[in-house]
Amino acid sequence: MNRRHIPLVTELPLVIWLVLVWGALWQDFSPGTLLFGAVIAYVVVNFFYLPPVELTGRFNVLWLVPFLGRFLFQLVTASVEVFWLAVTRGPRLRNAVVAVALRSHSDFLVTATGHAISLIPGSLVLEVDRSTSTLYLHCLNVRSAEDAEAVRRDVRATEAWLIRVMGSARDLAALRAEEARR
Amino acid sequence: MTAVAYVVGGILTAAAALALYRAVRGPSILDRVLALDVVLAIVGAALVLNMVVNRHLDNLILLVTISLVGFIGSVTVARFVTDRK
Amino acid sequence: MVNDVVVSVLLIGGALMSLAAGIGLVRFPDLLSRMHAATKPQVLGLLLLLLALAVENENWLLVPVLVLCWVFQLLTSPVSAHMVGRAGYRTRHLRRDLLTLDELDDVVARAAESHPPRPDRTGGTGREDDGGRA
Repeated sequence: MNRRHIPLVTELPLVIWLVLVWGALWQDFSPGTLLFGAVIAYVVVNFFYLPPVELTGRFNVLWLVPFLGRFLFQLVTASVEVFWLAVTRGPRLRNAVVAVALRSHSDFLVTATGHAISLIPGSLVLEVDRSTSTLYLHCLNVRSAEDAEAVRRDVRATEAWLIRVMGSARDLAALRAEEARR
Repeated sequence: MTAVAYVVGGILTAAAALALYRAVRGPSILDRVLALDVVLAIVGAALVLNMVVNRHLDNLILLVTISLVGFIGSVTVARFVTDRK
Repeated sequence: MVNDVVVSVLLIGGALMSLAAGIGLVRFPDLLSRMHAATKPQVLGLLLLLLALAVENENWLLVPVLVLCWVFQLLTSPVSAHMVGRAGYRTRHLRRDLLTLDELDDVVARAAESHPPRPDRTGGTGREDDGGRA
Protein backbone atom coordinates (compact mmCIF):
# COMPACT_ATOMS: atom_id res chain seq x y z
CA MET A 1 0.00 0.00 0.00
CA ASN A 2 1.89 3.02 -1.19
CA ARG A 3 0.29 5.95 0.55
CA ARG A 4 1.17 9.12 -1.26
CA HIS A 5 -0.20 12.45 -0.29
CA ILE A 6 -3.39 13.36 -2.11
CA PRO A 7 -4.27 17.03 -2.37
CA LEU A 8 -7.46 17.99 -0.58
CA VAL A 9 -9.09 19.18 -3.81
CA THR A 10 -9.24 15.67 -5.33
CA GLU A 11 -10.68 14.33 -2.08
CA LEU A 12 -13.27 17.07 -1.79
CA PRO A 13 -16.05 15.41 -3.87
CA LEU A 14 -15.70 12.24 -1.77
CA VAL A 15 -15.78 14.20 1.52
CA ILE A 16 -18.87 16.15 0.41
CA TRP A 17 -20.61 12.90 -0.58
CA LEU A 18 -19.79 11.32 2.79
CA VAL A 19 -21.12 14.36 4.66
CA LEU A 20 -24.35 14.19 2.66
CA VAL A 21 -24.66 10.46 3.44
CA TRP A 22 -24.15 11.23 7.12
CA GLY A 23 -26.83 13.92 7.09
CA ALA A 24 -29.27 11.73 5.18
CA LEU A 25 -28.78 8.80 7.57
CA TRP A 26 -29.52 11.01 10.59
CA GLN A 27 -32.31 12.73 8.64
CA ASP A 28 -30.96 15.98 10.03
CA PHE A 29 -29.04 18.65 8.09
CA SER A 30 -28.32 21.06 10.97
CA PRO A 31 -24.83 22.66 11.08
CA GLY A 32 -23.74 20.58 14.09
CA THR A 33 -24.51 17.27 12.39
CA LEU A 34 -22.84 18.38 9.18
CA LEU A 35 -19.72 19.57 11.03
CA PHE A 36 -19.38 16.30 12.93
CA GLY A 37 -20.02 14.46 9.66
CA ALA A 38 -17.22 16.45 8.01
CA VAL A 39 -14.81 15.48 10.81
CA ILE A 40 -15.73 11.79 10.44
CA ALA A 41 -15.51 12.01 6.64
CA TYR A 42 -12.03 13.53 6.88
CA VAL A 43 -10.87 10.77 9.24
CA VAL A 44 -12.41 8.04 7.04
CA VAL A 45 -10.85 9.41 3.86
CA ASN A 46 -7.42 9.59 5.48
CA PHE A 47 -7.39 6.33 7.39
CA PHE A 48 -9.17 4.05 4.93
CA TYR A 49 -7.06 4.92 1.95
CA LEU A 50 -8.41 4.25 -1.52
CA PRO A 51 -6.82 5.32 -4.78
CA PRO A 52 -8.54 8.55 -5.84
CA VAL A 53 -11.12 8.33 -8.59
CA GLU A 54 -9.96 10.39 -11.52
CA LEU A 55 -12.87 12.59 -12.40
CA THR A 56 -12.85 14.41 -15.69
CA GLY A 57 -13.17 17.87 -14.21
CA ARG A 58 -16.38 18.69 -16.04
CA PHE A 59 -19.94 18.41 -14.90
CA ASN A 60 -22.92 19.86 -16.70
CA VAL A 61 -26.19 19.84 -14.77
CA LEU A 62 -28.14 21.12 -17.80
CA TRP A 63 -27.42 17.87 -19.66
CA LEU A 64 -27.92 15.76 -16.53
CA VAL A 65 -31.67 16.42 -16.31
CA PRO A 66 -32.56 15.15 -19.81
CA PHE A 67 -30.15 12.25 -19.32
CA LEU A 68 -31.98 11.21 -16.14
CA GLY A 69 -35.31 11.58 -17.94
CA ARG A 70 -34.10 9.33 -20.76
CA PHE A 71 -32.70 6.85 -18.23
CA LEU A 72 -35.98 6.61 -16.32
CA PHE A 73 -37.93 6.24 -19.56
CA GLN A 74 -35.65 3.40 -20.70
CA LEU A 75 -35.85 1.83 -17.25
CA VAL A 76 -39.64 1.70 -17.33
CA THR A 77 -40.00 0.53 -20.95
CA ALA A 78 -37.27 -2.10 -20.56
CA SER A 79 -38.76 -3.39 -17.30
CA VAL A 80 -42.18 -3.79 -18.89
CA GLU A 81 -40.58 -5.45 -21.92
CA VAL A 82 -38.69 -7.99 -19.80
CA PHE A 83 -41.89 -8.67 -17.83
CA TRP A 84 -43.70 -9.29 -21.11
CA LEU A 85 -40.90 -11.57 -22.37
CA ALA A 86 -40.93 -13.57 -19.13
CA VAL A 87 -44.66 -14.16 -19.39
CA THR A 88 -45.08 -14.76 -23.12
CA ARG A 89 -41.73 -16.02 -24.45
CA GLY A 90 -40.18 -17.66 -21.37
CA PRO A 91 -37.87 -20.51 -22.34
CA ARG A 92 -38.02 -19.83 -26.10
CA LEU A 93 -35.62 -16.91 -25.94
CA ARG A 94 -32.72 -15.86 -28.14
CA ASN A 95 -29.85 -13.88 -26.60
CA ALA A 96 -26.53 -12.55 -27.79
CA VAL A 97 -23.18 -11.42 -26.45
CA VAL A 98 -22.46 -8.15 -28.24
CA ALA A 99 -19.20 -6.21 -28.26
CA VAL A 100 -19.58 -2.45 -28.15
CA ALA A 101 -16.53 -0.24 -28.73
CA LEU A 102 -16.86 3.03 -26.81
CA ARG A 103 -15.36 6.36 -27.80
CA SER A 104 -13.94 7.43 -24.45
CA HIS A 105 -10.82 5.95 -22.87
CA SER A 106 -11.48 7.40 -19.43
CA ASP A 107 -12.02 4.64 -16.85
CA PHE A 108 -14.58 6.79 -15.08
CA LEU A 109 -16.74 7.25 -18.16
CA VAL A 110 -16.51 3.60 -19.22
CA THR A 111 -17.58 2.59 -15.71
CA ALA A 112 -20.46 5.07 -15.73
CA THR A 113 -21.66 3.82 -19.12
CA GLY A 114 -21.42 0.20 -18.02
CA HIS A 115 -23.37 1.01 -14.86
CA ALA A 116 -26.13 2.82 -16.73
CA ILE A 117 -26.40 -0.05 -19.23
CA SER A 118 -26.47 -2.75 -16.55
CA LEU A 119 -29.19 -0.95 -14.57
CA ILE A 120 -31.56 -1.16 -17.52
CA PRO A 121 -33.05 -4.67 -17.64
CA GLY A 122 -32.22 -6.58 -20.81
CA SER A 123 -28.53 -5.77 -21.01
CA LEU A 124 -25.68 -6.76 -18.71
CA VAL A 125 -21.95 -6.10 -18.81
CA LEU A 126 -20.03 -9.40 -18.88
CA GLU A 127 -16.49 -8.22 -19.54
CA VAL A 128 -14.64 -4.96 -20.03
CA ASP A 129 -11.56 -4.57 -22.18
CA ARG A 130 -9.82 -1.52 -20.81
CA SER A 131 -7.14 -1.31 -23.49
CA THR A 132 -9.70 -0.72 -26.26
CA SER A 133 -12.57 0.38 -23.92
CA THR A 134 -14.84 -2.28 -25.30
CA LEU A 135 -17.83 -3.53 -23.33
CA TYR A 136 -19.05 -7.09 -23.86
CA LEU A 137 -22.77 -7.13 -23.13
CA HIS A 138 -25.19 -10.00 -22.70
CA CYS A 139 -28.46 -8.88 -24.23
CA LEU A 140 -31.90 -10.40 -23.92
CA ASN A 141 -34.04 -11.08 -26.99
CA VAL A 142 -31.51 -10.35 -29.75
CA ARG A 143 -32.60 -12.40 -32.74
CA SER A 144 -30.64 -10.96 -35.65
CA ALA A 145 -27.62 -8.90 -36.60
CA GLU A 146 -29.92 -5.86 -36.91
CA ASP A 147 -30.99 -6.25 -33.27
CA ALA A 148 -27.35 -6.40 -32.22
CA GLU A 149 -26.67 -3.25 -34.25
CA ALA A 150 -29.58 -1.53 -32.48
CA VAL A 151 -28.06 -2.46 -29.11
CA ARG A 152 -24.72 -1.02 -30.21
CA ARG A 153 -26.33 2.24 -31.35
CA ASP A 154 -28.23 2.49 -28.09
CA VAL A 155 -25.16 1.95 -25.90
CA ARG A 156 -23.15 4.49 -27.88
CA ALA A 157 -26.02 6.98 -27.53
CA THR A 158 -25.96 6.44 -23.73
CA GLU A 159 -22.22 7.06 -23.77
CA ALA A 160 -22.70 10.24 -25.83
CA TRP A 161 -25.16 11.53 -23.21
CA LEU A 162 -22.72 10.75 -20.42
CA ILE A 163 -19.93 12.53 -22.30
CA ARG A 164 -22.17 15.58 -22.57
CA VAL A 165 -22.87 15.42 -18.82
CA MET A 166 -19.40 14.69 -17.48
CA GLY A 167 -16.96 13.72 -20.21
CA SER A 168 -13.57 15.33 -20.52
CA ALA A 169 -13.17 18.30 -22.87
CA ARG A 170 -11.31 16.07 -25.33
CA ASP A 171 -14.07 13.45 -25.46
CA LEU A 172 -16.62 16.21 -25.87
CA ALA A 173 -14.70 17.73 -28.78
CA ALA A 174 -14.44 14.29 -30.42
CA LEU A 175 -18.18 13.80 -29.99
CA ARG A 176 -18.94 17.22 -31.50
CA ALA A 177 -16.66 16.43 -34.46
CA GLU A 178 -18.43 13.09 -34.95
CA GLU A 179 -21.83 14.77 -34.90
CA ALA A 180 -20.68 17.43 -37.35
CA ARG A 181 -19.57 14.74 -39.79
CA ARG A 182 -23.01 13.19 -39.77
CA MET B 1 -55.77 0.88 2.11
CA THR B 2 -56.07 -2.50 3.89
CA ALA B 3 -57.36 -4.15 0.72
CA VAL B 4 -54.35 -2.79 -1.19
CA ALA B 5 -52.05 -4.07 1.54
CA TYR B 6 -53.50 -7.56 1.17
CA VAL B 7 -53.17 -7.46 -2.64
CA VAL B 8 -49.56 -6.26 -2.48
CA GLY B 9 -48.77 -8.81 0.21
CA GLY B 10 -50.24 -11.55 -1.96
CA ILE B 11 -48.20 -10.49 -5.00
CA LEU B 12 -45.01 -10.37 -2.91
CA THR B 13 -45.72 -13.80 -1.45
CA ALA B 14 -46.17 -15.28 -4.92
CA ALA B 15 -42.96 -13.60 -6.09
CA ALA B 16 -41.04 -14.91 -3.08
CA ALA B 17 -42.40 -18.43 -3.70
CA LEU B 18 -41.22 -18.34 -7.32
CA ALA B 19 -37.78 -17.02 -6.33
CA LEU B 20 -37.46 -19.69 -3.61
CA TYR B 21 -38.39 -22.36 -6.13
CA ARG B 22 -35.43 -21.24 -8.26
CA ALA B 23 -33.17 -21.12 -5.18
CA VAL B 24 -34.08 -24.71 -4.33
CA ARG B 25 -33.88 -26.02 -7.91
CA GLY B 26 -30.58 -24.32 -8.70
CA PRO B 27 -29.00 -25.88 -10.79
CA SER B 28 -25.79 -23.92 -10.14
CA ILE B 29 -24.74 -21.98 -7.06
CA LEU B 30 -24.91 -18.76 -9.09
CA ASP B 31 -28.59 -19.39 -9.80
CA ARG B 32 -29.18 -19.79 -6.08
CA VAL B 33 -27.31 -16.60 -5.24
CA LEU B 34 -29.30 -14.72 -7.84
CA ALA B 35 -32.59 -16.11 -6.55
CA LEU B 36 -31.69 -15.23 -2.96
CA ASP B 37 -30.78 -11.72 -4.11
CA VAL B 38 -34.31 -11.42 -5.46
CA VAL B 39 -35.69 -12.79 -2.17
CA LEU B 40 -33.75 -10.04 -0.38
CA ALA B 41 -35.25 -7.43 -2.71
CA ILE B 42 -38.70 -8.84 -1.94
CA VAL B 43 -38.00 -8.69 1.81
CA GLY B 44 -37.06 -5.04 1.27
CA ALA B 45 -40.34 -4.50 -0.57
CA ALA B 46 -42.21 -6.09 2.33
CA LEU B 47 -40.43 -3.76 4.77
CA VAL B 48 -41.56 -0.75 2.71
CA LEU B 49 -45.11 -2.11 2.64
CA ASN B 50 -45.01 -2.47 6.40
CA MET B 51 -43.83 1.13 6.77
CA VAL B 52 -46.54 2.48 4.46
CA VAL B 53 -49.37 0.55 6.07
CA ASN B 54 -48.39 1.11 9.68
CA ARG B 55 -47.20 4.70 9.07
CA HIS B 56 -43.73 4.54 10.57
CA LEU B 57 -40.15 4.83 9.28
CA ASP B 58 -38.24 2.44 11.51
CA ASN B 59 -37.22 0.07 8.72
CA LEU B 60 -35.37 2.56 6.50
CA ILE B 61 -31.90 1.78 7.81
CA LEU B 62 -32.73 -1.92 7.54
CA LEU B 63 -33.50 -1.31 3.87
CA VAL B 64 -30.08 0.26 3.24
CA THR B 65 -28.41 -2.58 5.15
CA ILE B 66 -30.25 -5.25 3.16
CA SER B 67 -29.09 -3.82 -0.15
CA LEU B 68 -25.48 -3.73 1.07
CA VAL B 69 -25.63 -7.27 2.52
CA GLY B 70 -27.01 -8.61 -0.75
CA PHE B 71 -24.22 -6.88 -2.64
CA ILE B 72 -21.43 -8.26 -0.44
CA GLY B 73 -22.94 -11.76 -0.50
CA SER B 74 -23.27 -12.08 -4.24
CA VAL B 75 -19.87 -10.51 -4.97
CA THR B 76 -18.19 -12.92 -2.55
CA VAL B 77 -19.84 -16.00 -4.02
CA ALA B 78 -19.15 -14.87 -7.60
CA ARG B 79 -15.51 -14.36 -6.71
CA PHE B 80 -15.20 -17.89 -5.26
CA VAL B 81 -16.92 -19.43 -8.25
CA THR B 82 -14.59 -17.67 -10.69
CA ASP B 83 -11.42 -18.57 -8.85
CA ARG B 84 -12.20 -22.19 -8.11
CA LYS B 85 -11.89 -23.36 -11.72
CA MET C 1 -57.84 10.44 -0.93
CA VAL C 2 -55.85 11.23 -4.07
CA ASN C 3 -52.72 10.39 -2.11
CA ASP C 4 -54.12 7.00 -1.19
CA VAL C 5 -54.79 6.18 -4.84
CA VAL C 6 -51.28 7.23 -5.89
CA VAL C 7 -49.72 5.26 -3.04
CA SER C 8 -51.78 2.18 -3.94
CA VAL C 9 -50.78 2.34 -7.61
CA LEU C 10 -47.11 2.77 -6.73
CA LEU C 11 -47.18 -0.10 -4.23
CA ILE C 12 -48.86 -2.47 -6.67
CA GLY C 13 -46.45 -1.43 -9.44
CA GLY C 14 -43.46 -2.10 -7.19
CA ALA C 15 -44.83 -5.47 -6.11
CA LEU C 16 -45.49 -6.42 -9.75
CA MET C 17 -41.80 -5.83 -10.49
CA SER C 18 -40.96 -8.42 -7.82
CA LEU C 19 -43.50 -10.79 -9.33
CA ALA C 20 -41.97 -10.24 -12.79
CA ALA C 21 -38.57 -11.14 -11.35
CA GLY C 22 -40.04 -14.30 -9.83
CA ILE C 23 -41.66 -15.33 -13.11
CA GLY C 24 -38.47 -14.54 -15.02
CA LEU C 25 -36.37 -16.56 -12.57
CA VAL C 26 -38.56 -19.61 -13.08
CA ARG C 27 -39.25 -19.35 -16.80
CA PHE C 28 -36.02 -18.10 -18.38
CA PRO C 29 -33.78 -20.87 -19.70
CA ASP C 30 -30.28 -20.03 -18.45
CA LEU C 31 -28.45 -18.09 -15.75
CA LEU C 32 -27.62 -15.02 -17.79
CA SER C 33 -31.21 -14.56 -18.97
CA ARG C 34 -32.40 -14.86 -15.39
CA MET C 35 -29.99 -12.14 -14.35
CA HIS C 36 -31.95 -9.61 -16.43
CA ALA C 37 -35.14 -10.51 -14.61
CA ALA C 38 -33.45 -10.14 -11.23
CA THR C 39 -32.35 -6.54 -11.89
CA LYS C 40 -35.89 -5.20 -11.92
CA PRO C 41 -37.20 -5.32 -8.35
CA GLN C 42 -33.84 -3.98 -7.27
CA VAL C 43 -34.01 -0.87 -9.46
CA LEU C 44 -37.49 0.06 -10.70
CA GLY C 45 -39.37 -1.88 -8.02
CA LEU C 46 -37.45 -0.19 -5.23
CA LEU C 47 -37.94 3.22 -6.89
CA LEU C 48 -41.73 2.77 -7.04
CA LEU C 49 -41.93 1.56 -3.43
CA LEU C 50 -39.78 4.41 -2.13
CA LEU C 51 -41.92 6.88 -4.09
CA ALA C 52 -44.98 5.38 -2.40
CA LEU C 53 -43.33 5.91 0.97
CA ALA C 54 -42.46 9.53 0.11
CA VAL C 55 -45.98 10.33 -1.13
CA GLU C 56 -47.50 8.75 1.96
CA ASN C 57 -45.34 10.69 4.41
CA GLU C 58 -45.16 14.11 2.70
CA ASN C 59 -42.06 15.00 4.64
CA TRP C 60 -39.17 16.72 2.86
CA LEU C 61 -36.58 15.57 5.37
CA LEU C 62 -37.31 12.03 4.28
CA VAL C 63 -36.32 12.60 0.65
CA PRO C 64 -32.50 12.54 1.15
CA VAL C 65 -32.54 9.19 2.97
CA LEU C 66 -34.84 7.69 0.34
CA VAL C 67 -32.59 8.98 -2.45
CA LEU C 68 -29.61 7.55 -0.56
CA CYS C 69 -31.33 4.18 -0.29
CA TRP C 70 -31.95 4.12 -4.04
CA VAL C 71 -28.49 5.42 -4.95
CA PHE C 72 -26.82 2.71 -2.85
CA GLN C 73 -28.86 0.17 -4.76
CA LEU C 74 -27.94 1.82 -8.08
CA LEU C 75 -24.25 1.74 -7.20
CA THR C 76 -24.16 -1.83 -5.92
CA SER C 77 -26.56 -3.86 -8.05
CA PRO C 78 -24.70 -3.48 -11.41
CA VAL C 79 -21.44 -4.45 -9.70
CA SER C 80 -22.85 -7.63 -8.22
CA ALA C 81 -24.70 -8.38 -11.47
CA HIS C 82 -21.44 -7.97 -13.39
CA MET C 83 -19.53 -10.22 -10.97
CA VAL C 84 -22.18 -12.95 -11.07
CA GLY C 85 -22.60 -12.63 -14.85
CA ARG C 86 -18.89 -12.82 -15.48
CA ALA C 87 -18.50 -15.82 -13.20
CA GLY C 88 -21.41 -17.42 -15.05
CA TYR C 89 -19.86 -16.79 -18.45
CA ARG C 90 -16.44 -18.04 -17.42
CA THR C 91 -17.76 -21.19 -15.81
CA ARG C 92 -19.91 -21.81 -18.92
CA HIS C 93 -23.26 -21.43 -17.20
CA LEU C 94 -24.97 -20.31 -20.36
CA ARG C 95 -26.64 -22.18 -23.14
CA ARG C 96 -24.75 -21.43 -26.32
CA ASP C 97 -27.55 -22.80 -28.46
CA LEU C 98 -29.66 -19.82 -27.36
CA LEU C 99 -27.12 -17.23 -28.48
CA THR C 100 -27.53 -15.63 -31.89
CA LEU C 101 -23.99 -14.31 -31.74
CA ASP C 102 -21.13 -14.33 -29.23
CA GLU C 103 -18.47 -11.74 -29.94
CA LEU C 104 -16.65 -12.35 -26.66
CA ASP C 105 -16.07 -15.99 -27.60
CA ASP C 106 -14.33 -14.87 -30.82
CA VAL C 107 -12.02 -12.58 -28.84
CA VAL C 108 -11.20 -15.28 -26.28
CA ALA C 109 -10.47 -17.78 -29.07
CA ARG C 110 -8.19 -15.34 -30.89
CA ALA C 111 -6.38 -14.47 -27.66
CA ALA C 112 -5.91 -18.16 -26.87
CA GLU C 113 -4.31 -18.64 -30.29
CA SER C 114 -1.81 -15.81 -29.91
CA HIS C 115 -0.75 -16.71 -26.34
CA PRO C 116 -1.15 -20.48 -26.19
CA PRO C 117 -0.20 -21.95 -22.81
CA ARG C 118 -1.58 -19.69 -20.10
CA PRO C 119 -4.09 -21.77 -18.23
CA ASP C 120 -5.05 -19.28 -15.53
CA ARG C 121 -6.32 -16.44 -17.65
CA THR C 122 -7.18 -15.84 -21.25
CA GLY C 123 -4.40 -13.49 -22.25
CA GLY C 124 -4.74 -10.32 -24.22
CA THR C 125 -8.27 -9.27 -23.38
CA GLY C 126 -7.14 -7.04 -20.50
CA ARG C 127 -9.38 -8.19 -17.67
CA GLU C 128 -10.23 -5.23 -15.50
CA ASP C 129 -9.82 -7.16 -12.25
CA ASP C 130 -6.19 -8.19 -12.65
CA GLY C 131 -5.16 -5.83 -9.86
CA GLY C 132 -7.48 -7.46 -7.36
CA ARG C 133 -6.19 -10.90 -8.10
CA ALA C 134 -2.57 -10.28 -7.10
